[in-house]
Amino acid sequence: MKHTPPKLAVGLACLCSVAMVACSDEPADTQEQAAYVSINTDPYPSTYTPIPGNPTVIQNVTILDGLGSKIENGMIYFADGKIMAVGDTVSFPDNATVIDGKGKWVTPGIIDNHSHLGVYPSPSVGSTSDGNEMTSPVTPGVWAEHSVWPQDPGFGRALAGGVTSLQILPGSANLFGGRSVVLKNVPSRTMQDMKFPDAPYGMKMACGENPKRVYGKKGGPMTRMGNVKGYRQAWADTQAYMREWEKYQADYDAGKNPKAPKRDLDKDTMAGVLNGDILVHMHCYRADEMVVMMDMMKEFDYQIASFHHAVEGYKIADKLAENNVCASMWADWWGFKLEAYDGIRENIPVVHQAKACAIVHSDDELGIQRLNQEAAKAWSDGRRAGIDIPMAQAWQWLSANPAKSLGIFDKTGSLEVGKNADVVLWTGNPFSTYTKAEQVYIDGGLAFNLNDPQSWPLSDFEVGQVGEGDEK
Amino acid sequence: MKHLLSLAIAAAISTSALAENIAIVGGKVITQTEQGTIETGTVLLKDGIISQVLEGEQVPEGYTRVDATGKVVTPGFIGALTSLGLVEISSWAGEVDASASQSPITHTGAALDVTFAINPDSTLIDVSRIEGVTSAATTVQYTDMFFHGQGAVIGLDDDAELLKEKAFMVVNVDGNAVDSHGGSRAALWVTLEALIDEAKNTLQVPNLITHWDGINSRADVKALRGVLKGEMPLFIEADRAADIRQVLAFKKRHPGMRIVLLHGVEAWRVADQLASADIPVILDPQLNLPGNFGQLGATLHNAARLEAAGVKVAIGMDTHNIRLAAQHAGNAVANGLSYEGGIASLTSVPAAILGVDDKVGSLAPGMRADVVVWSGDPLEVTEAAEQVFIEGEAIDMTSRQTKLRDRYLKLSGNKTDTTSHYVKP
Repeated sequence: MKHTPPKLAVGLACLCSVAMVACSDEPADTQEQAAYVSINTDPYPSTYTPIPGNPTVIQNVTILDGLGSKIENGMIYFADGKIMAVGDTVSFPDNATVIDGKGKWVTPGIIDNHSHLGVYPSPSVGSTSDGNEMTSPVTPGVWAEHSVWPQDPGFGRALAGGVTSLQILPGSANLFGGRSVVLKNVPSRTMQDMKFPDAPYGMKMACGENPKRVYGKKGGPMTRMGNVKGYRQAWADTQAYMREWEKYQADYDAGKNPKAPKRDLDKDTMAGVLNGDILVHMHCYRADEMVVMMDMMKEFDYQIASFHHAVEGYKIADKLAENNVCASMWADWWGFKLEAYDGIRENIPVVHQAKACAIVHSDDELGIQRLNQEAAKAWSDGRRAGIDIPMAQAWQWLSANPAKSLGIFDKTGSLEVGKNADVVLWTGNPFSTYTKAEQVYIDGGLAFNLNDPQSWPLSDFEVGQVGEGDEK
Repeated sequence: MKHLLSLAIAAAISTSALAENIAIVGGKVITQTEQGTIETGTVLLKDGIISQVLEGEQVPEGYTRVDATGKVVTPGFIGALTSLGLVEISSWAGEVDASASQSPITHTGAALDVTFAINPDSTLIDVSRIEGVTSAATTVQYTDMFFHGQGAVIGLDDDAELLKEKAFMVVNVDGNAVDSHGGSRAALWVTLEALIDEAKNTLQVPNLITHWDGINSRADVKALRGVLKGEMPLFIEADRAADIRQVLAFKKRHPGMRIVLLHGVEAWRVADQLASADIPVILDPQLNLPGNFGQLGATLHNAARLEAAGVKVAIGMDTHNIRLAAQHAGNAVANGLSYEGGIASLTSVPAAILGVDDKVGSLAPGMRADVVVWSGDPLEVTEAAEQVFIEGEAIDMTSRQTKLRDRYLKLSGNKTDTTSHYVKP
């Protein structure tokens, strides 16, 4: 069949396949090839530009480098958006701004890999409730970035808590909830202005109670086994979809003029996972369920980047380590549903001790403002239970490990030379209730300064309202 | 050092069944009385009550010494507003007495009485008390009815002893309550006045054979009597400054009633008026986001600004994690609340609000011996309760959570044991 303009092609193709079977048997070498159909994987590209910064040195300061080392009375120098030097003493140019950090601490910026800021923003009203596409249990084709409202005042509050990057996830009602997006926490007019350049996408999945509660009386799944069938069928369908595209490409490469498969936005996302381009973030509480999910990941040959909540992570910490799956956890939330009933305060340190990748996450617009305190609680609870983890190691829960789970550890998450200068200067030991983030740098630009009210973020929503410009 | 002290405390526990008299010696004692904070003091517990609080280290004869050197000693913390004993798992797993719906016996919710619903075996009680919470206000929190019924104050001892029944009643007048009560504040406040009026003007509570057409049920009227007489404080939940001004006006119209402001996100904006009306506030100092249009003025400085105006502030609204009230208070202190005010928000202030300050909330002779020995500053997230005493007894410092922890720590310590089959020791 000759190449025809696309609008006509559909009708003709139908006729051809039903009534004129022979016509499809024309030799391939006589066909003229249509343009190859490819999928744009970055149709909403990042337009992020860093806040301009001066070359900056912080000296006489206690440094946690985010990799497990602590430097007392150290120095850090960053310029052009990158970390230039970290150590006991470092050299720096004369034009650098020098900050005395006596009594203060420096850490990598906090990275929260579980936030719903922007998709469940403040004010929390029906009009702004954009985080859960609860119309079908399988919606991997929705993208959280298309719901993110950059004017959520929560972004600014999180910045004041030292959060420099964050992953915005869809909610957990669905087996496949949709794509996540990783953002730089800079006040912006658009989602694209916040979008972390070159960060991979994530995909949200959910175990257990939520899908069966939401869909039990709406066509299912209504059981945990129903959940698993739902995931597996969707993966199997995705494999078939990928074979269609592979065949299309193979035929095209062979000089034929194949018809491109119809795009399926749900399967596009899932195919991205099976190709290794998109990272799986899976809401899962119970130990036994997590182990089933890790078997399923082997069955369909993908990698779960992190379980989220993992309230029973401590029961299977060895298996998390074995399978290279992170666990993103709260310090002490428990009991709000049965699958969260077995929560213990030492969950995070137990997972860490088993050499699995432990992460402190918030899933909360208040918790995200003091993740350092969440880590501090888990750290001290571990110590009291005999799990003595140095504070400098524990900081990995807040920066390095979440960065790994998001596929951005080559760019941020530790104070290593050449990495993005995402740096927080704390008023004191950040493992204290009384300590605050004093200065927050993102790519070397000063995004928040506790002592400069002019720097305090003010979202459009708060302009002209009660409390505008107040200390928050 | 830490281990030695724990051992000393453990030794004290093992003998506590015999030795009823305990001397907690050498700690920094925060009394919440005129004695203030004693840098090195002794707290004597005798027959379940505090017998004396002394400067220095003094162990009278017949007292078992508990060394608290380098520690901080406080009154047990009080959950200012919880549903402890009324709920095991909040969602979708049964056993929730913290929510209630309309029935022939109550139309407006006033008659609900949580004392019938308290379960001392709830695991939340152990989880909370080993972290220093020794008593709590407990109430129905979820209902479409107007009032949340008659709340109680319980001790977190093994029997969840009732410290006070009919202790308070909650009513919500903020934006999210409006939907259930006429769709507008214009209806909600008129309803509240009508309900109060009905109870006030019904001189004799109608008996079962009397015809009764009231909006309240007979039992509701009876319950509201306690509120009218000022015996049972009315906790009015409101965030918006305009709503809080209505609370102030309500108090003026009903001077005999005791009013407490609950939640109060924008309370700081009317702090002076709250102080002159002598209305205390129970709040969550973490709330600094405009969660709705009634919370636009939300700030971490709410507690500090209220304190500066002379308003009494209590902190601690949660159930499963009421143990985190200390962290919340610490964050209020980090944002300007005085340290004393931070401790008071967890002890003496909720005790006074709930009308149990003759029993708990301070370390004064004659008070129930609910005492906590902390590893350090209790408002600091890295410190913890090392030993809790309730009614003078060192409690078992375990919970379902610590038992699960120990079970799995044992498993991870023994790699050859790949099962988690439970074998009784």
